[in-house]
Amino acid sequence: MTTTHSKLYADDVSLVVVVVDTNPFFWAGAALPFADFFSHLIHFVNSLLLLNHLNHVVVIAAGVSSCAYVFDSSNAGASGAADVAATLDKASRKVEEFIKQDARETAGNGTVAAGGAASLFSGALSIALCYIQRIFRSGTRHPQPRILCLQGSPDGPEQYVAVMNSIFSAQRSMIPIDSCIVGTQDSAFLQQASYITGGVYMKPQELSGLFQYLAAVFASDLHSRAFLRLPKTLGVDFRASCFCHKKTIDMGYVCSVCLSIFCKYHKKCSTCGSEFIRVMPDLNSMPDQRQ
Amino acid sequence: MYGVGGGGFNAPSTASGKRKNQEDDEEDEEEETGDGRVLEAWERAYADDRSWEALQEDESGLLRPIDTKNLVHSQYRRRLLLRSAAAAARIQKGLIRYLYIVIDLSRAASEMDYRPSRMAVVAKCAEAFIREFFDQNPLSHVGLVTIKDGISHRLTDIGGSPESQIMALMGKLECSGDSSLQNALELVHGYLNQIPSYGHKEVLLLYSALNTCDPGDIMETIEKCKKSKVRCSVIGLAAEIFICKHLCEETGGSYTVALDESHFKELLLEHAPPPPAIAEYAAANLIKMGFPQRGAEDLISICSCHKKVKSGAEGYICPRCKVNVCELPTECRTCGLTLVSSPHLARSYHHLFPVAPFDEVTFKLGQKGGQNCYGCQQSLINSASQSNLHVCCPKCKQHFCFDCDIYIHESLHNCPGCESQRSLP
Repeated sequence: MTTTHSKLYADDVSLVVVVVDTNPFFWAGAALPFADFFSHLIHFVNSLLLLNHLNHVVVIAAGVSSCAYVFDSSNAGASGAADVAATLDKASRKVEEFIKQDARETAGNGTVAAGGAASLFSGALSIALCYIQRIFRSGTRHPQPRILCLQGSPDGPEQYVAVMNSIFSAQRSMIPIDSCIVGTQDSAFLQQASYITGGVYMKPQELSGLFQYLAAVFASDLHSRAFLRLPKTLGVDFRASCFCHKKTIDMGYVCSVCLSIFCKYHKKCSTCGSEFIRVMPDLNSMPDQRQ
Repeated sequence: MYGVGGGGFNAPSTASGKRKNQEDDEEDEEEETGDGRVLEAWERAYADDRSWEALQEDESGLLRPIDTKNLVHSQYRRRLLLRSAAAAARIQKGLIRYLYIVIDLSRAASEMDYRPSRMAVVAKCAEAFIREFFDQNPLSHVGLVTIKDGISHRLTDIGGSPESQIMALMGKLECSGDSSLQNALELVHGYLNQIPSYGHKEVLLLYSALNTCDPGDIMETIEKCKKSKVRCSVIGLAAEIFICKHLCEETGGSYTVALDESHFKELLLEHAPPPPAIAEYAAANLIKMGFPQRGAEDLISICSCHKKVKSGAEGYICPRCKVNVCELPTECRTCGLTLVSSPHLARSYHHLFPVAPFDEVTFKLGQKGGQNCYGCQQSLINSASQSNLHVCCPKCKQHFCFDCDIYIHESLHNCPGCESQRSLP
């Protein structure tokens, strides 16, 4: 930890925690092979470290059955960040190990249907936030943290609550979550994450130029962002989907006990089992009590 | 008031005499540097610093400065275990709350035992409380009532926006006259009777006075509150009063008395998380809600809250009556539909699915792997100087440091270990 430098931290020193999707089900069919993608990423990490010698980069891999730290520039050695080949070597070895380990765990778990599993972004985000809290504790002056998610596989609906919890915790600590989608589908989770935390959401059109996108958009520190014209997140859909049919709805009924959302009136809540007393057809449309 | 923390000071054993002398020497030095004050230096040392509160007795009776980190952690664990005991009993939470904060602005609120005055401290803490409250209960509503000259007065209508409440509070800070518990309860009771049946009715009194000047029989009022299921809680600033205690016991609230400013703030913030709901207090019901979208860029309309011309993209469009509102969550001014967005609902889910408390464990030498905190990668061996005490999640068996433990339970509400495991069938 660079506590000795604590007096040198200026506005433009960043801590970037990169969350990388290593989902084999996605990368097997991706337009950009994982090896190419990873070399783009390594060059990006190196350029971040070269931008400022106090910059700090951590890479966390999100697999199908586990998450792990892959790279941490604070224990990369004192040789400085410029040692591109060494960083690449070490990180890619670690990632290979991680992917193998992850594959073993996935194989041992019968629930993962082939091709259908989402990466564990909720876990990777939680770990990233814990790491950032540690940097916050390290002193009154610390690098400005942010999280960058590189996601390819589709969202896992079962992670919804956990991902939202992470987003709110990031929002409270004012940590922006940037997202770059390397897959074909937009991610509703990450759109909300970037919108709520004030990060940048982007889905590059031409993945062969991924490094250019990363360097041009996601390398800028938080201080400089005020002066830049970065892609804006437009039209995030905050409508809810009902628990009974998974339809997106404009208007619905919410259980007052567990906040489950339904599209029709039910007699009993299917989530918490509370029985609803029948009241007037629509309580809200009674004349406003204030008048 | 001074009873707390005094134990260590009153029990100097022979072994601790030396240590105490050291402390005295340090105070002597302070005396020399700070002159030109109103208080005598020896008075100041005791009145301001309360130096004895920074000491504790260890197991052999020696006085030691309090190890704040461990103390904070053990206090936090006590709270956590208390909370999870309630969760284990599957107590439901009242997530949709209608809370009136009653602030006592009688003569007693100008007392200077809190600095600069009780009133200023109450206002400052109430502001922090209102923000925290809305952060934790995005679907709830708050209103403000003040008591002054024996009369209670409603400062703000019950509503969902923190800013307007805080602004109203800061504008009305003057105190005079007597305090009246009955008048305040009657007023609040009247307003809370109008809220929908699924809402949890709550009153939180921040009471500075030691007396109440009532026009009638307060017992009848308490009975009335009990009957209409209003949960009344009181935080006292002076001393314990029987009638307040009786009120809280009868209505199922909590009664606490603050020792000092930081204690007051702590007690107040304890009211921010939703309390366990008593089943018959609010009827379960389905609430009709709208999930509005942002309007189109080229749609120009007048917003219903500020009556200003806005483009559609600046506001949200009520799905039922198509009126433009500026912020969520709110109630549509035209058709009365509750308007929320899905993140507001998601923000409350962690109250329903809390993270299980972690078990305290120590390291056994020769244990393989897991020497770093799973969350932040800090080494678990060197962090604590004398013991290797840390915590472990009972589900995923990952080890965490104390700092991550607090962060995970207080802010994140996810266990990183459990989340980075695919759940087995």
